[in-house]
Amino acid sequence: MKRFTDLYWQLDATSSTTEKVAALEAYFSQAPAEDAASALHLLCGGKQSRAVSLAHLRQWAAEAAGIPLWLLEECYAQVGDLAETLALLLPDRLSPSSETEPADTSSSPQAIGLAECVRTTVERLRQAKDEHAKREIVVGVWQKLETRERIVWHKLLTGGCRIGVSRTLVARALAEVAGVEPAVMAHRLIGASIATAADYEALLHPDALATPSQRPYPFFLAAPLETEPAALGPVADWLAEWKWDGMRAQLVCRGDGVAIWTRGEELVSEAFPELLAAASHLPAGTVLDGEILAIRDRQLLGFTTLSRRIGRRQVGKKLRAEVPCAFVAYDLLEAEGSDLRGLPLEARRARLELLLETHGAGPFDPTQAAPTAAGDHVLWLSPALPATSWEELVGWRQGARKLGVEGLLLKRKEGSYGTGRTRGEWWKWKVEPLEIDAVLIYAQAGHGRRAGLHSDYTFGLWHDGQLVTVAKAYSGLTDAEIVEVDRIVRATTLEKHGPVRIVQPTLVMQLAFEGVNRSTRHKAGIAVRFPRILRWRRDKPPAEAGTLADLQALIDQPS
Amino acid sequence: MARQGWPASLFRAAGTLRESVFPPRPCPTAPGLQYRFSKKARRSQVADLLEVTEAGLYCAAGDFYIDPWRRVPRAIITHAHADHARSGCDRYLCAAPGKLILRTRIGGGSPIDALRYGESLLINGVRVSLASAGHVLGSAQVRVEHKGIVWVVSGDYKTAPDPTCHPFEQLEADVFVTESTFGLPIYRWPHPDGIAAEINQWWRANQAAGRTSVLLAYALGKAQRLAAMVDPSIGPIVAHGAVMKLVRAYRDSGVRLPSIDGVPPGARKVGNGRALVIAPPSVAAGRWLRLFGEVSVGVASGWMTLRGVRRRRGCDQGFIVSDHADFPALLQVIEATRAKRVLVTHGATAALARLLCERGLDAAVLPTHFTGEGPPDASPEVEEAEENAATSDAKSAAGPSDAAP
Repeated sequence: MKRFTDLYWQLDATSSTTEKVAALEAYFSQAPAEDAASALHLLCGGKQSRAVSLAHLRQWAAEAAGIPLWLLEECYAQVGDLAETLALLLPDRLSPSSETEPADTSSSPQAIGLAECVRTTVERLRQAKDEHAKREIVVGVWQKLETRERIVWHKLLTGGCRIGVSRTLVARALAEVAGVEPAVMAHRLIGASIATAADYEALLHPDALATPSQRPYPFFLAAPLETEPAALGPVADWLAEWKWDGMRAQLVCRGDGVAIWTRGEELVSEAFPELLAAASHLPAGTVLDGEILAIRDRQLLGFTTLSRRIGRRQVGKKLRAEVPCAFVAYDLLEAEGSDLRGLPLEARRARLELLLETHGAGPFDPTQAAPTAAGDHVLWLSPALPATSWEELVGWRQGARKLGVEGLLLKRKEGSYGTGRTRGEWWKWKVEPLEIDAVLIYAQAGHGRRAGLHSDYTFGLWHDGQLVTVAKAYSGLTDAEIVEVDRIVRATTLEKHGPVRIVQPTLVMQLAFEGVNRSTRHKAGIAVRFPRILRWRRDKPPAEAGTLADLQALIDQPS
Repeated sequence: MARQGWPASLFRAAGTLRESVFPPRPCPTAPGLQYRFSKKARRSQVADLLEVTEAGLYCAAGDFYIDPWRRVPRAIITHAHADHARSGCDRYLCAAPGKLILRTRIGGGSPIDALRYGESLLINGVRVSLASAGHVLGSAQVRVEHKGIVWVVSGDYKTAPDPTCHPFEQLEADVFVTESTFGLPIYRWPHPDGIAAEINQWWRANQAAGRTSVLLAYALGKAQRLAAMVDPSIGPIVAHGAVMKLVRAYRDSGVRLPSIDGVPPGARKVGNGRALVIAPPSVAAGRWLRLFGEVSVGVASGWMTLRGVRRRRGCDQGFIVSDHADFPALLQVIEATRAKRVLVTHGATAALARLLCERGLDAAVLPTHFTGEGPPDASPEVEEAEENAATSDAKSAAGPSDAAP
């Protein structure tokens, strides 16, 4: 536990990628395989679950610290991190509770390894019969750990151990340890389930991965286009497609099976049985890259509708009928078992079109005006948008929002399929966001780097002389502006409800968002997508901010 | 060990009387008098010896203010930090060891009277004396006695050892006005010796890597304390102009400090990667740090307890060194005053007052104007305000040394 804690804090303390990789490398070359496997799981953002309720943990910590629960909450509001709050409150030396065997207390703090902490303690906690037994276990571990270790352990306990390091860096460090190329390690890590010491050792083996598996390739990502498109050179060098408003995924068909992977490298095969069925007709050794969309009668149903299918293990008949899903493919990464990623896009595209054609899948055209029940396909081709000039593409982009797509994607025809967010090959050229001036009405203290600063805001719009909540936004202001807003929030607080402050309406911010939908779950009857702060309208008095009617006028996707 | 041989000060209730300093005056009526005491406090307000007015904490019987936030005729100053000592009052009174520092901070002009710790003064029948608060050199708790009732205003205080100022002196009071900067149980300070060892180790490691160690701390108090805490045999100690000004005031007040160099105008590569540089936090944003080549930046503050604050400051190292009492010390001091009534100010006021009430004391929040922004909150603002003061200081004091081409 101590070794992992050191790693945790080292990664936390530096923003230099070189130092992060060095810390990771040092950890993986020293840690026992069992601990390394657990660490890898956490570093790669693997699933964690809560072993004990937060209410109990709070209660036990408050009792151990000899303070009332409300005071713990006050502390939490200032610290902004529950795991850290509890660790700071606990006394350095905990008196052993009556029923803990003395043998437990005599062991040194280093005695618990990470794997033991994650598996044994957490498993034991889940199996513990009652609250009392759980408490015994928690207090027993507290006794063995120092403050900084306790913070990490609390995060493990509550299933919230997130570490600020990218997979690319983890892969780089592991590649060093294993003596293989970083790209090789990155591919091995994708979709791998590392749970035991044996899994970890296999991962590091010089010639691992000889057997075919259902792993996807690392997704190639598009960077936002921030210049005029003409700066990209002749339009003929570029392939333009719609930027679909769905869920990015790879369909991996190898051996007998089909697997569906999301960009977050989650295996979601079971959630989309219709896609599995359609892909089972594809030849083995095929990997498609594309987007999962909800489509009925050849009409896009929009992301909000699709989201009902996301994150489900099992899908009932009713939901399948209400939200039928399809896969719109735009790239072919593997065919007949060989990796095509090194080929130019044009060549991959030609093979993709041929493959889909032989399987009866045509291009999906969102511009088709009327719904046709003529027959829905599950597999589609993402069409290339014909354009002989950038002006034409500007025209396509302007129509994008009406069609329910996010804008355009521009891909260099000669480019290979890269890894990660390599700039210059793929650009996303989204439609201009919608904007509205809203009034800050509630503020809450942030977490992490913004702990103790009121940085999470709720905004309202005018309706019948009142401000109605329409959006929360957390990003967009500079650090200096956040500090300034924090001061104003403190000075204009009307009421405090726990960590939330209701403030006098004095601050107007220009919000940007991607779309507006009707919603029965929101008070205003409206939900905005991906709201963020564009700028602080210091020039605008709150009375002149936008109204709910202004926002309602922007609804363009009745569903 | 650079510990100064201060004589332990003893509180002598009947010290020398000097009425002439603060001659009696008719009681003024402050414009827009505002009382924001709790209900309980409001009931007993008539009998209150001290009250909060627009200009600050005021003693009507003696006609003086304690740490006023506006210009008033007579101000008793607990210590010279910017949020306690404002310039522009007609006449000041402070503890004798802090007189020079107060003069450095408020500038010339208004006369400053000094009272030795334990010495007392009758002002219009109100007996006033000062006792060491252990916060910075010359910091004082103000004891005010009238008609048998004793109020003690703590100012900022700490009980931890500090080689550069007198140790905290425990008083007893009927009403205790306490600070609460770190009035939450998450704040428990490690022993300063351990922190000193950490700083030394960091300094040595930076030297080995050819990096200058830059330690950010308030120019008044913390900077001098740190200079006295570290091991001067490791390498040269260099200080920013704003710190140097107060180093001189400390030395002139009789505090022994290790050798500390200022930064001469036009200097380059000062200390050659071996030095420990002590500077106010404001330099982190400016060009000044470029004088030292590659640096590692550490911050010394009680707020360094919190990871969020450490990250926000963007420093390489946080050292938990505070000139305020931590939570256990606050409770211990409050209890030892035997005060039945406690008024909590400056910091985590609401939480501490509520806790004290639950423990059977008559406790309430004493509102203060905090740089005109309304009530202070349980937030890093308190120290930030001090830092902001240090910033303006730094600008004026560091002019020449900052002018390197």
